[in-house]
Amino acid sequence: MYLRYIEQAAASAGAAAPSELTRRQFLKLTTLAGSGLTLGIVLPACGSRPGAGGGATAAAGPLAMPFVRVAPDNTVTVLCKHLEAGQGVWTGLPAIVAEELDASWEQMRVESAPAQVPLYGNLAFGGKIQATGGSTATANSWQQLREAGATARAMLVAAAAQQWGVPAGEIAVSEGVVSHGGAGKKATFGELAGSAAQQAVPTRVTLKDPAAFKIIGKERLPRLDSRAKSTGKQQFAIDVMLPGMMTAVVKRPPRFGGKVSSFDATKAKAVPGVVDVVQIPRGVAVVGRDMWSAKKGREALGVTWDESGAEKRGTAELMKEYRAMGRGKEAATVVESGDVEAALARATKRVEGEFEFPYLAHAPMEPLTAVARLSPDKCEIWAGCQFQTIDQANAAAAAGVKPEQVIINTLAAGGTFGRRANAESDYIAEAASIARATGGKYPVRLIWTREDDVTGGRYRPLNYHRISAAVGKDGKVAFRQRVVGQSIIGDTPFAATMMKNGVDPTAVGGSAPEQYDLADAHVSWTRATVGVPVLWWRSVENTHMAFSKEVIIDELAQSAGRDPVEFRLSLLGKHPRHTAALRLVAEKAGWDQPFPKEKGRGRGVAVHESFGSVVAQVAEVTVSGNKIRVDRVVCAVDCGIAVTPDVVRAQMQSGIGYGLSAALLGKITLTDGHVDQSNFHQYQVLRINDMPRQVEVHIVPSSNPPSGVGEPGTPPIAPAVANAVRAATGIRLRTLPFDLGAARSARA
Amino acid sequence: MSIKLTVNGATRELEVDPDMPLLWAIRDHLQLTGTKFGCGMALCGACTVHIDGQATRSCVTPVAAAQGRQITTIEGLSTAAGHAVQEAWIGLDVPQCGYCQSGQIMSASALLATNPKPSDADIDSAMAGNICRCSTYVRIRGAIHQAAETLATGARAPQG
Repeated sequence: MYLRYIEQAAASAGAAAPSELTRRQFLKLTTLAGSGLTLGIVLPACGSRPGAGGGATAAAGPLAMPFVRVAPDNTVTVLCKHLEAGQGVWTGLPAIVAEELDASWEQMRVESAPAQVPLYGNLAFGGKIQATGGSTATANSWQQLREAGATARAMLVAAAAQQWGVPAGEIAVSEGVVSHGGAGKKATFGELAGSAAQQAVPTRVTLKDPAAFKIIGKERLPRLDSRAKSTGKQQFAIDVMLPGMMTAVVKRPPRFGGKVSSFDATKAKAVPGVVDVVQIPRGVAVVGRDMWSAKKGREALGVTWDESGAEKRGTAELMKEYRAMGRGKEAATVVESGDVEAALARATKRVEGEFEFPYLAHAPMEPLTAVARLSPDKCEIWAGCQFQTIDQANAAAAAGVKPEQVIINTLAAGGTFGRRANAESDYIAEAASIARATGGKYPVRLIWTREDDVTGGRYRPLNYHRISAAVGKDGKVAFRQRVVGQSIIGDTPFAATMMKNGVDPTAVGGSAPEQYDLADAHVSWTRATVGVPVLWWRSVENTHMAFSKEVIIDELAQSAGRDPVEFRLSLLGKHPRHTAALRLVAEKAGWDQPFPKEKGRGRGVAVHESFGSVVAQVAEVTVSGNKIRVDRVVCAVDCGIAVTPDVVRAQMQSGIGYGLSAALLGKITLTDGHVDQSNFHQYQVLRINDMPRQVEVHIVPSSNPPSGVGEPGTPPIAPAVANAVRAATGIRLRTLPFDLGAARSARA
Repeated sequence: MSIKLTVNGATRELEVDPDMPLLWAIRDHLQLTGTKFGCGMALCGACTVHIDGQATRSCVTPVAAAQGRQITTIEGLSTAAGHAVQEAWIGLDVPQCGYCQSGQIMSASALLATNPKPSDADIDSAMAGNICRCSTYVRIRGAIHQAAETLATGARAPQG
């Protein structure tokens, strides 16, 4: 949802709207791109002017365009402006290029693009920042990469036409081979690359009719990174080895907002292998010749903290405050329709619920790591970088150089789920700070331990919802909701363009009135101010909004004696995509067949739109004692054209598993401002034994341009499971992670 | 102190603390970065190596305890079970971010070496120590079954 606000802000600022780049604008962007950074791929033809044409001999170099490079060895490398963090852009984005290029999949390669705007800007964010997030990578790359592939194809064809003396229109391209039947000529992309680089960049390109797609939409397209990731060869930031590199860990304040008052490095420096101890804005860094000495050094470091400005409340106190705020007068309206007070007043039966959502840590498997190498005129960064433009600015400020002197090497990330994208570039700025504080004497690899990660903040915010709803005899629904939680963007530069009427769209959105046809509704948000840093966590506001929405809608169906699917469909008249996804999931889950009445078994449904995609899920559970086992999940997703269906399926499985961690297992709590959890024994996450045995994904056929799949699989799973548990046991789950024992006691 | 480690068939002498975890000796001193750091407390399995064929969490194994034993990392995985597991992983496109997968593969190949026909329950039990935040679990199960089949029939698994 917040994407809409970003687009509107960008449009009002005059930036190019998604998918509207004309050829002229594209060329203009690429010619402006030479800012001294190592790029060299603005226009092809190594010094010759476009249109100068080739001579008799073709040049030997590659065809190097901003998004695709065709090499003489016949490999085609896609330059990916987005971070590959597991969501599959390293396969999906090359697929788009390969299709329009008519390449063979086997010749495709991928690498991270340099950090440069506006060339590699995210068009969904107005094109001014290079960033991955909001499930926008495929959506904002669709038109851009189709044109990039078609452009390269046209230049290869032009090269062949010139070499063979035949009209371009008679030339065929298939599987990386260019041919002219009549003249009996054939050449590979690699053989033509040099002379293609001499050709003029076409001002107009023709894109394929989707009916002719051979690669896009193919059921099983092998991922380009599977082999490297299955043989230990994929490099992550933590694997970077530079000559003379040292490793650093940082001792950070035990409470958020604390500051270094003083520190004693004597014992730390005496640890063998420790080379330095330096203070940086965020704490005190211990630098060692390897991770082990740095870590042991930190254990020996004494720091006194100034906690005068630190957050000292715990989550129990905070939730008590939130409950009071949820009854108070201060609230910003998110959406309203009709007269919800009157509608609720005349209702004979109300459905009410108070919902509590904990802080959640992202906990990607690769702990946060960044490598910084500082010299007088540049700072090089290696990281699984999600917000390149912002990270460049923050690293520059920390290192004491200019943003254009920061070279970002974007590596694959070992998961992010949103953690690596923040306005302060926390771990990247730290690495740069340490490099500066140590005089740039050596490259610095900064590693966060798992304890640093779990206790380090930037959590999915704590949230409280209070809902009153009713369904009248005429089937009309009244729905009133209060939401209390912190703002994610409120204290960041994003606030200027994204906050609307005092509402943070990343804190509240995807509400019932926005996704169902409700006659009378009112949703409002009350902003809480807490010193715990918060951030977007896979599907963001949808993580909590979808839960209470789908649980209350389900209970409304029950109160009206109606089937949960049929009831929802009756409220989705204005939402054809929701309708189609819900119908598909119901069909595939066998919803109209009776469900076994065995003790403890139940099934539940949920449907939710996020990031431009609609996902419906049915969960089947078995409850025994207080243990919930999710046996089967059936998922239907409408993501527009599914560029790589197998990646779409993988992302739905992934989103479901990630959501189940939050539904069943983990939470972050604080006591007196200290985080209670430190590692995976206390912050529990889903393991293989808790993953449903069956997860079936069905893709709704669509000819719409692709929308996102990285996050949309997560919002529906927790409510689908809660609805299934209620069907099985009658128990209403109102807090996450689910605690059946507590819910039973509360009911008793 | 001088520690002798035999990793992937090659013996190297390292000047490291005897209590340094094998994980950091492998990564920082032998530059074998396929074995990953995920938690430092043997809770996540990313650091799994084979010691004398047994799946072991290298983050809590001091180098002193690994001396004189055969250590195998992902880079040196060369058993039939290992190959079958890796090919199944690639064929089914198991990895997403990939960070946990070295550990997953080491655990899976150790499982198949002792239990060539594991049930779903066997797999859950043997693999529960390996966390995957991307939740590739459904495909991990499928890949282990496929690798088991490959080993049983001696046939090459079909490539996707």
